[in-house]
Amino acid sequence: MAEHDITLTVNGTEHELTVESRTLLVTALRDQLGYTGANVGCESSLCGACTVRVDGDTVKSCTMLAVQADGAAVGTVEGLRQDGEFHPVQEGFQEEHGLQCGYCTPGMMMSATELLERNPDPDREEIREALEGNLCRCTGYQNIVRAVETAAERMDAEAGTQPADD
Amino acid sequence: MSTDKGNPDTRSERVRTVDASEVEQSEVFGSAIKRREDPSLITGEAQYTDDIQRKDMVHMSVVRSQYGHARVESIDTSAAEEANGVLAVYTAEDLEAAGVPGELPVGWLLEDLVQPAYPILAREKVRYQGQPVAVIVAEERYAASDAQDLVEVEYERLDAVTDPVGATESDATVHEAAENNVAFNFQLGEGADEAFESAAHVTEIDLTNQRLIPNAMEPRACLADYHVGDDELEVQMTSQNPHLHRLLMSGVLDVPEHKLTIVAPDVGGGFGSKIHHYPDEALTTFAAKQLERPVKWTATRTETYLTDAHGRGHETHAELAVDEDGTITGLRVDTHADLGAYLSTFAPSVPTYLYATMLPGQYDIPAIDLSVTGVFTNTAPVDAYRGAGRPEASYVIERLVHKAARELGEDPAAFRRRNFIPEDAFPYEMPTTMVYDSGDYGKALDAALEAVGYEEFRERQQRAREEGRYLGVGLSCYIEACGIAPSELAGQLGAQAGLWESGLVRMHPSGSVTAYAGTSGHGQGHETTFAQIISDELGIPYDDIDVIEGDTEEIPMGMGTYGSRSAAVGGSALSTSAKKVVEKAKRIAAHQLEASEEDIEFADGEFSVRGAPERSMGIKDVALEAYLAHDIPEEMEPGLEATSFYDPENFTFPFGTHVAVVEVEPDTGEIAFERYVAVDDVGNQINPKIVEGQIHGGIAQGIGQALYERAQYDDNGTLTTGSMQDYAVPKAEHIPEMEKEDTVTPCPHNPLGVKGVGEAGTIAAPQAVVNAVVDALEPFDVDHVDMPLTNEAVWRAVNGTEGGS
Repeated sequence: MAEHDITLTVNGTEHELTVESRTLLVTALRDQLGYTGANVGCESSLCGACTVRVDGDTVKSCTMLAVQADGAAVGTVEGLRQDGEFHPVQEGFQEEHGLQCGYCTPGMMMSATELLERNPDPDREEIREALEGNLCRCTGYQNIVRAVETAAERMDAEAGTQPADD
Repeated sequence: MSTDKGNPDTRSERVRTVDASEVEQSEVFGSAIKRREDPSLITGEAQYTDDIQRKDMVHMSVVRSQYGHARVESIDTSAAEEANGVLAVYTAEDLEAAGVPGELPVGWLLEDLVQPAYPILAREKVRYQGQPVAVIVAEERYAASDAQDLVEVEYERLDAVTDPVGATESDATVHEAAENNVAFNFQLGEGADEAFESAAHVTEIDLTNQRLIPNAMEPRACLADYHVGDDELEVQMTSQNPHLHRLLMSGVLDVPEHKLTIVAPDVGGGFGSKIHHYPDEALTTFAAKQLERPVKWTATRTETYLTDAHGRGHETHAELAVDEDGTITGLRVDTHADLGAYLSTFAPSVPTYLYATMLPGQYDIPAIDLSVTGVFTNTAPVDAYRGAGRPEASYVIERLVHKAARELGEDPAAFRRRNFIPEDAFPYEMPTTMVYDSGDYGKALDAALEAVGYEEFRERQQRAREEGRYLGVGLSCYIEACGIAPSELAGQLGAQAGLWESGLVRMHPSGSVTAYAGTSGHGQGHETTFAQIISDELGIPYDDIDVIEGDTEEIPMGMGTYGSRSAAVGGSALSTSAKKVVEKAKRIAAHQLEASEEDIEFADGEFSVRGAPERSMGIKDVALEAYLAHDIPEEMEPGLEATSFYDPENFTFPFGTHVAVVEVEPDTGEIAFERYVAVDDVGNQINPKIVEGQIHGGIAQGIGQALYERAQYDDNGTLTTGSMQDYAVPKAEHIPEMEKEDTVTPCPHNPLGVKGVGEAGTIAAPQAVVNAVVDALEPFDVDHVDMPLTNEAVWRAVNGTEGGS
């Protein structure tokens, strides 16, 4: 199996590593670099537990090859907490009981973060739609939706703008 | 399907979480304290089994039968053994050569139960698709998978049976020992012929309770390590009950219990699927010992679909006898329960003592005649999945009463109310011999009807029908049964395990506490709720208490987490231990304060002399004295800790009413939720936010069953829903906004008054939804549609091509 030297910048830290052609991004992150936040749930892009950010886009890292991410900036759940502070999405999930077993949560939060960057004030239907690629078997989703709403409110407040109308 | 666009938060109050520091000490029990589990889970710090790495770790993969039923002619492992990076390939012969018994035990026995051997690697035959045939251990994860294709297995295919009714009449035999593929016949009740002969009306229904795949988001995984120095095996695995797994695996591998440690690290959901003892974890452990290397195995999603014990799988004919006054006089049920190819760990208990006993539901039914035939088929073993028997039971009785009321032209709520066990009848002994501890079924029903605006809805429904729109309301008045108990009774019924729980509360010299619980949470938030219980008992801050679970080396003993037992049984064990700590501390305080024990009062963590409150001592100071042991009562041992093995008097019986309001589009079969209202009575609540989460998640799984999920095999025993592509796990868009209310009827027989909540939603939801859809379709004379209510199934029912009876 051919091997490749690649560079991944994960949460701002540059890593050089050697991967096989077939090495999945999630395998490289988890087994080679120790970023075990992204979880593997289905190996088929359906459950979303492995969702990470690659150059800003949400990506199912179980169906992207590590070589495809060569040179990219990869964001994982480990990078959400910054300067000793939880990200508003993390706060929302805690406050609204948006997680139980936590296995889907890293991927769910990466998708939620991407949504809020793109749409800072989503309604419930938009949130549910944005999370369609992330399965959760514990929560019934309702408190995840609340968590994202809470995060949106907080990010809005942090940005110093007017609170949302609703 | 669309979700409600309204704002249910304005209709049912949303539970707000609080920080523990904001809560008065006396309010810790009962407050929606934020979960302490969350910080590690939301930062990626959590360690699930597959996250754990060990030096020199190698990987195992499992070669599985691709056939549902076949004779294994030969297995050639030579090519695989020579493959790059492969360290070993093991088959049943290697297990035998190593002197490993290698058969999985059954944890629940029934009279005349046929118990075929369940080898962890197939011997002469494979009996379900996915059954392990060989394992490969390789240096790398991918190499272990690659080598699977190099193991040459020659099979002679055999005819398969895949449905539990057909199997009893088939020439194909899953096990020689099981005549007509029947594992057991289970009967309950004294008969109901008289009730049916004299009935003014009899309602009959045929129901399929389809097979489900549990779908914990974390696939099963195991990392086993052999420590040569002390000849010990250390196993990290996805377990709901590590002590039980230790006991079972010790027998499977013939390893003494004290040389085997089982740890459940962070576990990503279970829903029953991680109770059972499967072949794979034992094989990983076997390989670790053989190779003296840490060995990791992680299931792919397809492997979990093929091999995690499935749930449900019932075919039922049920009849209800009703007299002229509309009073139910008899219940007759005949169920064929699919057990799959082998008896999984607790499989025999599920369609019997967890199902048949619960069939009368909330109703006072004097005569019963219940029959369950357990049947082997060439499919994955079936065992406990969230609810385990109780959803199937509740589905039968709630579909029956809905249909009976309609046939009698009566309102389904009124029909139910007339037949409820009255609130002054508790404790109530059912004809199935279960004794319901407490209940007020009318209260929950009334609350649900009021929340949903039932009377107004019926008028609106009528108007809508006139406009060609089809709205429906479905009720589900359910009973959950939690914490199978007491152990003596469980033993009489066939359990091969006790069903108590243990809890150790250890107060450290400086006054903080570490508690060790025999339960093993995997998403339920025990570290939070158990600390709330102990904080309340000891009167010390919540933050001064740590809770440890899921490690056989650290925790004295435990039965684990399943059957919604953790709060009622495990919580009660910890509460009892904490009380013992207070008792001992009280004696020390009395001694130090030079007062008699009878004169010592205890409140908010402080011991004081009655009538002289200035003479007092905090429990933390007492802890230090207990360990200094310089001045404690004579003959008292130093230290301050207590262990309890709490064996409940009885099950607990939570209950409630769920109501689904739907609109059905008859031309397309689409179903849209207008409302979903849940009124649950789970006894006292330790943490209302966690209760809410359990209810929400349970409902989502119940709605999943009602509308989306079905595991299907073809006639050859091939799972045709073998991936998430083919088996519909509900997404966020598929689950409606849920409105939740409570009534509180404490459990009278445990120290906390709690009942349990883990399975309530899953038990309640399916029939609420099906009843609502059938109610909506009444103008089309549809009186039943089997789950899942796909658009096609609904359309066919409306258009008469099948489904309506």
